[in-house]
Amino acid sequence: MRLTVDGQSFDIDAVPDMPLLWALRDLIGKTGPKFGCGIAACGACTVHVDGQPVRSCSLPVGKVSGAVTTIEGIGTAGRLHPVQQAWLEEQVAQCGYCQAGQIMSAVALLDEVADPSDADIDNAMGGNLCRCGTYPRIRSAIKKAAALKTAGL
Amino acid sequence: MASVGKIARRTFLIGAAAVAGGVAVGYYYYRKPFPNPLEGDLAQGEVTFNPYVKIGADNTITIVAPRAEMGQGISTTLAVMVAEELDVGLDRVKVEHGPASHAYYNAVILEEGGPFAFFDESMTAQAVRSGLGVVGKFLALQGTGGSTSTRDGFDKMRQAGAAARQMLIAAAAQKLGVAAADLETADGSILHKASGKSLTYGAVAAAAAAMAPPAEVRLKDRTDWKLLGKPQKRIDMLAKVTGAPIFGIDVRLPDMLYGTVKMSPRFWSRPVKADLSKAEKMPGVIKIVPLETNYGHGFGIIAENTWAAFNAAQAIDAQWSDPEYPPSSAAISDVLKQALGTKGSVMRDNGDVDTAFADAPRERIVEADYGVPYLAHATMEPMNATAQLRGGALDIWCGNQAPTLVRQLCANAVGIEQDKITVHTTFMGGGFGRRVEMDYALCAALMAKETGGRPVKVTWTREEDMRHDAYRPAAIGKFQARLGDDGMPVAVDMKMAAPSITAGMLRRLFPSISPLGPDKTIVDGAYDQPYTIPNYRVSGVAAPVSIPVGSWRSVGSSVNGFFHEGFMDEIAVAGKIDPVEMRKRLMAAYPSAVKVVEKVAAMAKWGEALPAGKAKGMAFTLSFGSWVGEIVQVADTPAGIRIEKVWIAADVGTALDPGIIEAQLVSAAIFGLSAAMGQEITFADGMVEQSNFHDFDAMRIFQCPVFEVAILENFHKMGGVGEVGTPPAAPALANAIFALTGKRIRTLPLSKTVAFV
Repeated sequence: MRLTVDGQSFDIDAVPDMPLLWALRDLIGKTGPKFGCGIAACGACTVHVDGQPVRSCSLPVGKVSGAVTTIEGIGTAGRLHPVQQAWLEEQVAQCGYCQAGQIMSAVALLDEVADPSDADIDNAMGGNLCRCGTYPRIRSAIKKAAALKTAGL
Repeated sequence: MASVGKIARRTFLIGAAAVAGGVAVGYYYYRKPFPNPLEGDLAQGEVTFNPYVKIGADNTITIVAPRAEMGQGISTTLAVMVAEELDVGLDRVKVEHGPASHAYYNAVILEEGGPFAFFDESMTAQAVRSGLGVVGKFLALQGTGGSTSTRDGFDKMRQAGAAARQMLIAAAAQKLGVAAADLETADGSILHKASGKSLTYGAVAAAAAAMAPPAEVRLKDRTDWKLLGKPQKRIDMLAKVTGAPIFGIDVRLPDMLYGTVKMSPRFWSRPVKADLSKAEKMPGVIKIVPLETNYGHGFGIIAENTWAAFNAAQAIDAQWSDPEYPPSSAAISDVLKQALGTKGSVMRDNGDVDTAFADAPRERIVEADYGVPYLAHATMEPMNATAQLRGGALDIWCGNQAPTLVRQLCANAVGIEQDKITVHTTFMGGGFGRRVEMDYALCAALMAKETGGRPVKVTWTREEDMRHDAYRPAAIGKFQARLGDDGMPVAVDMKMAAPSITAGMLRRLFPSISPLGPDKTIVDGAYDQPYTIPNYRVSGVAAPVSIPVGSWRSVGSSVNGFFHEGFMDEIAVAGKIDPVEMRKRLMAAYPSAVKVVEKVAAMAKWGEALPAGKAKGMAFTLSFGSWVGEIVQVADTPAGIRIEKVWIAADVGTALDPGIIEAQLVSAAIFGLSAAMGQEITFADGMVEQSNFHDFDAMRIFQCPVFEVAILENFHKMGGVGEVGTPPAAPALANAIFALTGKRIRTLPLSKTVAFV
């Protein structure tokens, strides 16, 4: 089966009910999306399919019809996405394990709402669990990212 | 406080080892330095000065930060200690975790393991502390825990940087033919101002490393610090915002196989019957092997990918032997109650408690029973490890909090010598004490014997992780106070019962050592608090329940912070004294504690009237050397209680990185609030009932309050940072709910009584 991930095309040999997450991690080698729960309860595996955030641990790879974007596809160390830049400036991450999922949810939020309110943030990010409790800095980073994006940075 | 006589008479437990009262042997061994583990593995043109510093001819400067990075920022702060004295910017250095080595032993983890409160500076306490530091070197445990890393590293890592700098200067002086005193250093270079000549560290590194280390190392005055004491950009942040493969679960090796485990859902039980045939026939499955470890028994599934392994694990049809412990939460609770009725080990005994209560009038007595449940760590990254056994040598990659233990236990399990094992310690997707355990590494090491030399990455499902933890133990406590005429307590009697964490850890990690003596973790956070009450007794009883229990962020203080501070609030209410005022009066002998309480009260505007439907609660705990006060404000809403705001004041003695400390205090408070609000691990039929985040959740962003943090530096000794925000969080919340609703909740989680939004 054929999968487009971060702008690149991959031929993979997977059973159709294998979750997208494991196809990405074990078959393609994209380890940015993380395994946290396997039941779409923590958001660590969040990627975009055609721009929409999905929990890749619970989406069978056989059902994926659109282009997949992972944390590795939105920016690089030399050219960060505004959300990654804001995360860096606000020093958000602690252990960092959930942050790829947090960032992918935040990117999707800002694509939808340019200037999110606290309530927008709470709604969009409620499915992303962080055991280190980085939520206060996530809130400020999303607001900073919104400003960076608006300023075209 | 315990007297020296008591210690001499009995053996007591420290950390994870039983040590007889006398420790005055082997000073020769203590003084002998460990070999530098970096010597065997240097790059071309690279030299090493000591276990913490490597410099290449190309001026690549590498600092080894040999503690587990699990989110607490320790790799950054430890690197800064060296960089400060070496006179290089953090952006100029590479930071590595380094190899597993006894050279990186943690002395402080044991120093504070003695039966003394942090503020006890009596000769006995100090003598035992320095004795235990020696023991620390004997055991040479390279461990991360007990909020000790900065305290342990502060002197030795600054000295490592300063020694290397002095050697570099000496070599440069020789090369330039000038006096060392005329040379200055800045950002990795040595400058002779008079002539304008300069040399990079790399240019003189080889000559410098060949010199004898200086006999005397001069450290900078605090006023000259350029990096320490100021918030730094974390060295791991860029990797963490770009999804870089930095965690154990991200390890990818050529020809790698994948796997998972299915261990007995009843701890220590063995399979009575097992039908593997269905699982073995599933697509992608290569092999299913039995696993026997110090942690229990089960099966390892080796497959072509993780998903195939997960499916096969589910298809294993096994029956397991009966549990050796009480099988249900109700039965466990009965054992705890029974234990609480027996005579405990008294860890604090001021005045004469029995006499003080004997003639107390009923209306002057306050009594309460408290209880907390078992808790899982639930790190975001499930347990995992990757192992490869080739030519009699084992390589193992995993996030872990004790690399020398990984080596030791894997050597025993696989049957090879420790020097044939290389431990690659990765970043950790959360630790919180869970990765002090070694089960994930043992499983992977044993499975690597079955792959014909191919590496195997073994990832646990969340369900396996949730159901095979070393849990924070359940505990109960009985509390009594006698009030004086002025409403202040004149006597308190506190007794708690819990399964012993220390005995549990010994069984798993050091099975040859028998637990002896009382387990201090049962009373930590209650016996060692800076309150003066004329008659004050705290005792603990170890309850015989062998469900695995271990270190969970703040350990005993996670239990007793809630018990002690909830009860203090009850005393204040009964005595009709403001709880902040009462604490200030009881803490008068400990100015650092008073200042923390005053600070947090001022931040929260304690005492000012609040609108109807809002209330505040406060709590204070001294743990791991830091004095922490927290105030929680709650609001009543139609859908339930909302935690609106949390104020934290913490005296950490010396604040090395205020940005990281703030993050850790908030993190630890959220960790404590998460547990207090809704977490519990319960048992039925000898098995854990919870399995994943739907039934063992943590605080979500929409529940997260606003935080305000103040970092104080009044006390003369440095405290820890990673755990100290946890203990006061639960009691401050419960006390706020009492102030709001009049309901005194003495059993966690609070969600059994109230709803949260």
